[in-house]
Amino acid sequence: MMARIDLWWLPRALVLGLLAFVIFGPLTNLLLWTVAEKWYFPHMLPLEYGFSFWQRVFSPRGNAMESLMTSIIVAVLTVILALALAVPAGYALSRLKLPFRSLILLAFLIPQAFPNLPVYVNIARFFYQIGLNGTILGVVLVHVTHGLVYAVWIATAAFSSVDIDLEEAARSIGAGPLRAFRDITLPLAAPGLLASAIFVFLESLDEFTGSYFVGAPDVNTLPLLLYTAGSGGNYQIASITALLLLIPSIGFMLVVERFLRADVLSKVGH
Amino acid sequence: MQKRLLAILLVIPALVMIVLFFIVPLGASVVGAFVVGDTYGLGNFSKSFELYSSDMIFTLLIVGVSTLLIGLFSIAIGGYLTLGENQRAVAVLRWLYRWPMFIPFIVVGQILRTFLAKNGLMNNILVSLGVLTPLQTVGFLDWRGIVIAFVWKQTPFVTLLVAGAMASLDRSTIEAARNLGASRLRILIEIVLPQITGTLLVGLILSFVTMMSVLSVPLMINAQSPTMLTADIAFRINAHGDYGVANALGMISLLLTAGVALIYLRQSVKDRS
Repeated sequence: MMARIDLWWLPRALVLGLLAFVIFGPLTNLLLWTVAEKWYFPHMLPLEYGFSFWQRVFSPRGNAMESLMTSIIVAVLTVILALALAVPAGYALSRLKLPFRSLILLAFLIPQAFPNLPVYVNIARFFYQIGLNGTILGVVLVHVTHGLVYAVWIATAAFSSVDIDLEEAARSIGAGPLRAFRDITLPLAAPGLLASAIFVFLESLDEFTGSYFVGAPDVNTLPLLLYTAGSGGNYQIASITALLLLIPSIGFMLVVERFLRADVLSKVGH
Repeated sequence: MQKRLLAILLVIPALVMIVLFFIVPLGASVVGAFVVGDTYGLGNFSKSFELYSSDMIFTLLIVGVSTLLIGLFSIAIGGYLTLGENQRAVAVLRWLYRWPMFIPFIVVGQILRTFLAKNGLMNNILVSLGVLTPLQTVGFLDWRGIVIAFVWKQTPFVTLLVAGAMASLDRSTIEAARNLGASRLRILIEIVLPQITGTLLVGLILSFVTMMSVLSVPLMINAQSPTMLTADIAFRINAHGDYGVANALGMISLLLTAGVALIYLRQSVKDRS
């Protein structure tokens, strides 16, 4: 028995090791680039390490801080607007009788179900005419439209997973519909809503194509900075920016299951 | 009746967003594709095919090959997570596979551009290990780089869906087949796979559409010709201000996706009923 198990660990370790290399090799490469002062072919590792590029990125005159602030402002506004739209919609979709309910749910998927590049091109043209191009509001509107599917679908699932009996119990002892919603349903759905907020926040933080057409060059978000630095061949700055974008994404991946419990997850899209 | 009105009022603002900032511009792009000068015509399309027909095939091939590989890998990983008998290996794999899932495409582009380049870390390692000499190294920053980037980023997402569907299957048929001596590969192909085709299809189609609209990866990894239609659209706008051809290319990529999206809609309607 022991011998057989030991033998099987060989291919297992080989495959898992290869997978680990495929996943962490490129990530390690990114980390190395953020601290590489001097690195050229064919040296496997950088020749000099240091943080001088970090200083340049975070210096008051560097545009990374400005981009970081822009990105965070855009993402926060996107979350606020998306949730303001998604909470009522999610409540109606999960609790109230709606005609064409499943078609409405599908409608929110449309921005994800069509290639959105031609759409952004035309939004940019339209926004240009009404003066929204190159403004924070313009970028936020684009991000909200794209993130609404997460906001609405997860909000709907979060409300659906709250036991309706609790709400009815509150109603039967005299709470009005708004009070029952505020004191019972909303707090119980809060973890799910938080998950949808994080999803929307990350979608906005990482969004490139829409910001590229609607925002650039006036609204310079982090992905746009990454792109400009990368095309200019400045791999250190690009890698540091990429790392800034990477941290929240990976952090969220590690905790997502705490917010999105299985009972909510199983109701997404229904 | 009043309640129904309330429900509609609660949903309307969110729906208006979708209509105003997605469906209307989508319509504008379709109409714009036919605008030639002051009249309507097919000029943009003939110009698109003349200039970019190789890019159209290139796009379909890249996205098609990527979708296929994503499907294969996600079945393999999901299958092992479901049928693997060594708990420790399953746990390691479960921890390992999802890392790239939430990494933004633009970061994937940057990471792989430095990793796969002719003088990138991958070749540096191979040279240091003595597998290659510096003269033998080749960069992967062409169609292969795009495929690698897409597969790297999208496989975890599809795997998550597939593994979830596999985990919720009825274990008894699997156990029964196992007791009768069926190999795990056979169980995966003949028992597990047929029951999760719907989920797999949904995941692959969402990935297909996503890959069709990603601009950053082709721009960062391979912007020279032949490249993907998304890069061509951006080029028509930025270099020429040519909305006609850009919209025509957009509509062509819409049509390429439409066939695939149709399968998705039919699938999800079927699931719902």
